[in-house]
Amino acid sequence: MTPASSPQDDGTIAEIISAHAHLEGPLLPMLHALQESFGVIPEAAHGPLCKALTITRAELKGVISFYHDFREEPAGKHVLKICRAEACQSMGGTALAERLLEKLGLDWHGTTPDGKVTVEPVYCLGLCACAPAAMLDDKLIARADEARVEKALSEVSA
Amino acid sequence: MKIYVPMDSAAKALGADDVAAKLTQEIAARGIEAEIVRNGTRGMIWLEPLVEIEKDGERLAYGPIAEDDVAALLDGQIDTLGKVEDIPFFARQTRLTFERCGVIDPLSLADYEAHGGLEGLKRAIGMSQDAIIDEVKTSGLRGRGGAGFPTGIKWDTVRLAHAPQKYIVCNADEGDSGTFADRMIMEGDPFTLIEGMAIAGLGCGATKGYVYTRSEYPDAVAVMRRAIEIARAAGVLGTNVLGCGRAFDMEVRVGAGAYVCGEETSLLNSLEGKRGVVRAKPPLPALEGFLGRPTVVNNVISLATVPVIFAKGAEHYANFGLGRSKGTMPIQIAGNVKFGGLFETAFGMPLGTLVNEVAGGTASGRPVKAVQVGGPLGAYLHTDQFDTPFGYEEFDGQKALIGHAGIVVFDDTADMLAMARFAMEFCAVESCGKCTPCRIGAVRGVETLDRIKEGDASAIPLLEDLCEVMTDGSLCALGGFTPYPVLSALRHFPEEFAPQKEAAE
Repeated sequence: MTPASSPQDDGTIAEIISAHAHLEGPLLPMLHALQESFGVIPEAAHGPLCKALTITRAELKGVISFYHDFREEPAGKHVLKICRAEACQSMGGTALAERLLEKLGLDWHGTTPDGKVTVEPVYCLGLCACAPAAMLDDKLIARADEARVEKALSEVSA
Repeated sequence: MKIYVPMDSAAKALGADDVAAKLTQEIAARGIEAEIVRNGTRGMIWLEPLVEIEKDGERLAYGPIAEDDVAALLDGQIDTLGKVEDIPFFARQTRLTFERCGVIDPLSLADYEAHGGLEGLKRAIGMSQDAIIDEVKTSGLRGRGGAGFPTGIKWDTVRLAHAPQKYIVCNADEGDSGTFADRMIMEGDPFTLIEGMAIAGLGCGATKGYVYTRSEYPDAVAVMRRAIEIARAAGVLGTNVLGCGRAFDMEVRVGAGAYVCGEETSLLNSLEGKRGVVRAKPPLPALEGFLGRPTVVNNVISLATVPVIFAKGAEHYANFGLGRSKGTMPIQIAGNVKFGGLFETAFGMPLGTLVNEVAGGTASGRPVKAVQVGGPLGAYLHTDQFDTPFGYEEFDGQKALIGHAGIVVFDDTADMLAMARFAMEFCAVESCGKCTPCRIGAVRGVETLDRIKEGDASAIPLLEDLCEVMTDGSLCALGGFTPYPVLSALRHFPEEFAPQKEAAE
C-alpha cells in the first residue's frame, strides 16, 4: 500500500510498460502494475502509456477515471474497505459502517489526518454467508464488528 | 495422519490461517506425524474454520475451530461432527459441479485426477467438435451467470463462425451480493474451471482463454494463476493439450472494481483495456467479441460444470432438475441465516424449504421478512411466494429471477423502502453511463424514493413509470433489472411506501 518509489522514477514506468506490451488488451494489467509500484497511476506514466498503446490522453484518462480501483491521489497507508451490499446490510452492515466512519471521523473515501487509514465502500467481498464483511489491505474480516475491525486496525498501525 | 484446514477466503476471514499456523506449531512440538492440507471449503460457512482429520481411512470433521481450540483438538477433547457427508446440510445436496471442492488439495493435479479430474477432457479429446457441442446441448446446461441462455447454442455459434482466432472468456466478475460460488470453486477446485475451458476451446476451435475476475478476490486470483501454471507444466494447457495435437492456453485478468464489468460486453471492453461500457447487441459476442473475434463468454459455474457433464455423460446431468432447468444449481445461502453456505441441489426445491429448512431460518431468530434472490438486480420475494420452485421459468413467473442463485435473507427489521432506495443508489454508482435510462434514471429513482419517504404519495406512480422506462429502455441488465428489487419491494410491502400520517403533519 505504501508508494514504493517516486513518480519521477521512469525507469520503472518503462519497465512495467514493456513487461506487459505483449499482452492482448494490455492497459489494465499495466495500470494495476503501476499502481502496485507507485500507489497511484503517476502522471509521468501518461505520456509513455499513450505512446506505447497509441491512444490519446483523453482515452487514457477515461479508462483511469472509469474504474473505482485506480487512484490519481495516494490513499492512506492502509485501506479499509467496508462492504455496503445487501447481504451485509441484512446483518447490520450499515450500522457498523456508520459507527466505524464516525469513530474514524471520516466520510466514505476519506483519509485520516495522519494519513494512516483510508475508508472505501466495497460492494461485495464474497463473504455473504458470514456477513458483515470488511477488508483491511489484503486481510479479510468476516462477521465483522467494531471490536474486530478496530483490533485489526491497531495491529497494522502498531 | 492428514489434517485439512481450508484456505478458502471465508474460512480465512474467520481465522483459518491462525488455526493452521497453530496446528503446525503444535504438531512439531508434540512430534506428531501429520500433514496439513489446505483444502477449499466444503461450503458450510457457519462451521468454518472446519478442520478435518483423516486417520486410519476415516475423515472426521470438527468445527468451528478457533486458534485456542487447537491443543484440545489434538488431545482428542473436541467432539467430532462426524463425516462431512453425514452432516444434514451436506447430506441433502447433490454435488456435481462442487463434487471435489473442499475434498482435495486445490493445487494438486494428482489429487484432482484421483477424484475423477481430467476424465471429461480426455473424453472430449476423442470427440468431434459437433459431438462436443451436442453433448453440451443434450445436458441442457444453461448460463449460470444469470441469463440462463443455453450454453450449447452459444458454443455452436462460435464454432460455426469463421475467424483466424476465437476466444473462450470466463466471466468470473462475481459482483452480486449474496453470491460466492465462483470464488469458492476458483479457490477450492480451480482445475475444474481450467478443464471446462479447455473442453470449450476444443469444441469451438478456440485456442486462447481468459478468466476475468475481480480485484476484490485476491485469493482466487492467486490460486487460479498458480493452477494455470501447474496445468501448463503438466501439459493440460499449451500447444498440445494432453498430447492431442490441439492447443489451448489461458490467463487470468483482474478487473478494477466496476460491477458493470460482469455484463458480458462491458467485460469484453474492459478486457481490451477500455472503459467498461456496455456495447449494443447485435453484434453478439459469439460473433464479434474480444478484439472483434468470435468469443464464448460463460460464467465460472457454467464452465466448471462442463467436466462433470463429459465425465458422467450429458444424460446423467440432464436427469436432474425441473422442466427446462436441468441439472443442479449451486445455491448460495447468505445474509441473515442460521446455516449459510453453498448448497448444490437439483433445480426444483421450493424457496421456502431452502430458507426455513436448509438455511434454518434467520440468524437473529426473528421472523423472515423478505428474501432477495439473484443479487442486487434480483427481486425481493415475500414469504407468500415461498412455494415457488427454484427454476428459471418458475421465478420468472413470479416477476423474479434466480440470477447467479444467491439468496439473501432479511428478518423483520429490514426497511424495504431503504432497500429499494439502495438498489437505485447502487445502480447510480455503478452505471457505466452509456444509456440514459440507467445513468439518469437511477439518480431520479433515488430522488423519487426520497419523496415517497417524506410522505409524497404522488411520487409512487412516478416511480412505477420510471421503472418501466428503465426496464424497456436500458441497454443491459444493470438499468434494466434494477426495477426488479424496487418494484418487488413496492408490490409486496406497500405499507412501507404509504405516506406516514405523523410525517404528513
